[in-house]
Amino acid sequence: MDFQKEILESRRPVLIEFWAPWCGYCRRLAPALDRLEKEIGDVVRIVRINVDKEPELTRQYAVNVIPSMILFRNGKGSEQLVNPPSQASITAWLKEQGVALD
Amino acid sequence: MIGKQEYQEYDVAVIGGGPGGYTAALYCARSGYSVLVLEKLAPGGQMATTALIDNYPGFENGVDGFELGEKMQKGAERFGAETVFAEVQGAELTAPIKRIQTTSGEIAARSVVLATGAVPRKLGLSDEERLSGRGVAYCAACDGMLYKGKTVIVVGGGNSAATDALYLSKICKKVYLVHRRDSLRASRVYLNPLKKSNVEFLWNSRITALLGDQQLAEAELEDISNGRKRRISCDGLFVAIGRKPDTELFSGQIPLDEYGYIVADETTKTALEGVFAVGDVRTKPLRQIVTAAADGATASHYIEEYLA
Repeated sequence: MDFQKEILESRRPVLIEFWAPWCGYCRRLAPALDRLEKEIGDVVRIVRINVDKEPELTRQYAVNVIPSMILFRNGKGSEQLVNPPSQASITAWLKEQGVALD
Repeated sequence: MIGKQEYQEYDVAVIGGGPGGYTAALYCARSGYSVLVLEKLAPGGQMATTALIDNYPGFENGVDGFELGEKMQKGAERFGAETVFAEVQGAELTAPIKRIQTTSGEIAARSVVLATGAVPRKLGLSDEERLSGRGVAYCAACDGMLYKGKTVIVVGGGNSAATDALYLSKICKKVYLVHRRDSLRASRVYLNPLKKSNVEFLWNSRITALLGDQQLAEAELEDISNGRKRRISCDGLFVAIGRKPDTELFSGQIPLDEYGYIVADETTKTALEGVFAVGDVRTKPLRQIVTAAADGATASHYIEEYLA
């Protein structure tokens, strides 16, 4: 993936989830993220990054607990959302970050 | 897009899609009742985060917790139970028709099964929230690999602290186990391997502060016997001091014990008519998948009696 072009220069906000296949909480979150993508995918692009395959990005964005999410807008990453307990809490957080979802 | 929906009135609403909730749903649906399960994330509950479960009977090679959760969901849905993925925001449980407010709309039901389970307990320190995900973690099996070759602290003295310390000792350079007493409560299965491992025990100690700017760098420990404090450098700190029942939403309406568990005996009946508590959220001596599932079946028996 061309991180610069696809994420940092994206016109649509991008929500990145850092995950790994061995992470239990990531698996629990996966169906909620899939549902969220169906609902808001046209407003926010959702990208999943496997920390094992992207150690550089994982270090660069100081991800040391997964699942963690970062919202990228206009080339800038937000604070991390760590292990959200529900789909609704991700939506609420996105709204807090200023994403218009309604 | 993220809209509220209209729902029919159900015979049974189940809050929480773990083993207790889906077993109640299976039994009630199989008895011909209309059943709705409300789940905020994914079926399986805490069980879904465990990769290998060896103590649920019927699986000679163990079973993946996430897959077992999905199977329990499908098993209940085969008899007509429905699942709505939504977060519960409020509930009125005292009247004959119970009302549950969710992010997906209001649900009405003649009976309710509370199966909300438990979540990891926090230390309750001021910088814990800020450093959560920045060194402070609650699941060694989930996040341990991110601390490969580093120094970590495990806090706690029970089975989960012991298994976390053992697991991390295989990955990390150095593991400290901090416990407020002078011995572990953990099962014997873990004690011998722990003694042989590279885990260093810090007894009679408690964490009093978490330090670090962008990232956890040090933990402050107090020796409980003499009040002396010192600091230990660490990259990660895993909190394994037990679980806290997810009952805040119901606290005003239903009696809870001093730890927040819903008071209900083996019948799963709570103090409220038509409201049942199953699985980890109920006061009980042993919290396991198989006892949660048993609760679900028992609840269905008394729900049938109640709805008759």
